[in-house]
Amino acid sequence: MFGQANVLAAGQAEFPPKVEDFYLPSILPWGAHDTYWFTKVTAMVWIAVGVLIIFFLASYRKPQLVPTKKQWFAESIYGFVRNNIAVDMIGHAGVRFAPYFTTLFCFVLLTNAFAIIPFFQISPNSHIAFPAFLAVISYVLFNYIGIRHHGFVKYFRNSLIPPAPWYILPLLIPIEFFSTFLVRPFSLAVRLFANMFAGHMLLLVFTLGGFAMLSANAWLAPVSVLSWVMTIALTFLEFLVIVLQAYVFTVLTASYVQGALAEEH
Amino acid sequence: MFFLAAEGGETTHNPIIPLWQEVVVGGIAFIVLCFVLMKFVFPRMEQTFQARVDAIEGGIKRAEAAQAEANQLLEQYRAQLAEARTDAAKIRDDARADAEGIRQDILAKAREESDRIIAAGKEQLAAERATIVRELRTEVGTIAVDLASKIVGESLADEARRKGTVDRFLSGLESAGAR
Repeated sequence: MFGQANVLAAGQAEFPPKVEDFYLPSILPWGAHDTYWFTKVTAMVWIAVGVLIIFFLASYRKPQLVPTKKQWFAESIYGFVRNNIAVDMIGHAGVRFAPYFTTLFCFVLLTNAFAIIPFFQISPNSHIAFPAFLAVISYVLFNYIGIRHHGFVKYFRNSLIPPAPWYILPLLIPIEFFSTFLVRPFSLAVRLFANMFAGHMLLLVFTLGGFAMLSANAWLAPVSVLSWVMTIALTFLEFLVIVLQAYVFTVLTASYVQGALAEEH
Repeated sequence: MFFLAAEGGETTHNPIIPLWQEVVVGGIAFIVLCFVLMKFVFPRMEQTFQARVDAIEGGIKRAEAAQAEANQLLEQYRAQLAEARTDAAKIRDDARADAEGIRQDILAKAREESDRIIAAGKEQLAAERATIVRELRTEVGTIAVDLASKIVGESLADEARRKGTVDRFLSGLESAGAR
């Protein structure tokens, strides 16, 4: 961490930014480069978990029929995911998934938000490990729900055999298998990861680009300022992406669960 | 430091390959989060929502019951009022009928009384008249006889003749008066 700060201060930041910029040195042991147990990224994950647990436990310690402001806020987050995602996508049966969806939504939203919060300024989700884990949970969840609801054979028949003429099935079944059982976890994980990775990369390009131009030639200072103004504008864009991707991840998981529960294909 | 290390042939990362250490850390952290929130927070929110729904529905039910009771009372009062009105009308009609009956009775009695008084008056009048006529007749007869006796002396004192003469005279008078 200090290493990077020193580099910025010395005006020696390498430009253009590279993939290696995403892999910050370890905190414990200090400065090591090939241990990943306790880095800024994992620390942020723990902070996110801690903040969410403290927030929800504190605001829901003594729930009341007429809610306080804090309780109302916590309830409206849950109510939003419960009514606008779980119930909208799955119907009344979706209520029992609402707690998981809300946890997922809050976790993705907060870890995404670290991308633009000062001093954090990188999202853990720009490391594919975290989106991948969440995607695997979604994958296991919807398959488990489907198998438990329909039974093994009926679930796979529902998922793999679309209502189509028999002669086109040899073509459709592999496509269905591919799209439902192979691509889904990857698309979920990569969508979130790539968005956060690209967002961080964009902010790096414009921030470091400003410094690079300034150190290359003093006459380029106005362009540097323009570059930093762009950084601010892109931060707003990044905010939109943060909220949208958290929403999309949750909605897609709900949609997969809904598909697994559906009677027809 | 980082800069130098990167220069110094550090193993390069492929961003699409997850670091297993991060998967483990992220997994544990997320499972802890799921455990706490899904066990201690969201079920209680669901309970609160349910309690709120119950409170609202209970309130509505209570209001409906109160409304129904009020409506029933209103019906009852209306029925009682209508009954009272009917009673009042009946009493008024009875009273009117009674009054009419009493009036008729009184009128009849008064008419009877007046008839009776008139009849009695007429009778008395007739009786008095008869008495007066009788007295007058006697008196007139006596006076006339006295007068005639004074005029013609004692010659006409023969009673039988005198009576017949006077009676004839008076009958003549009466028949002349009636004409």
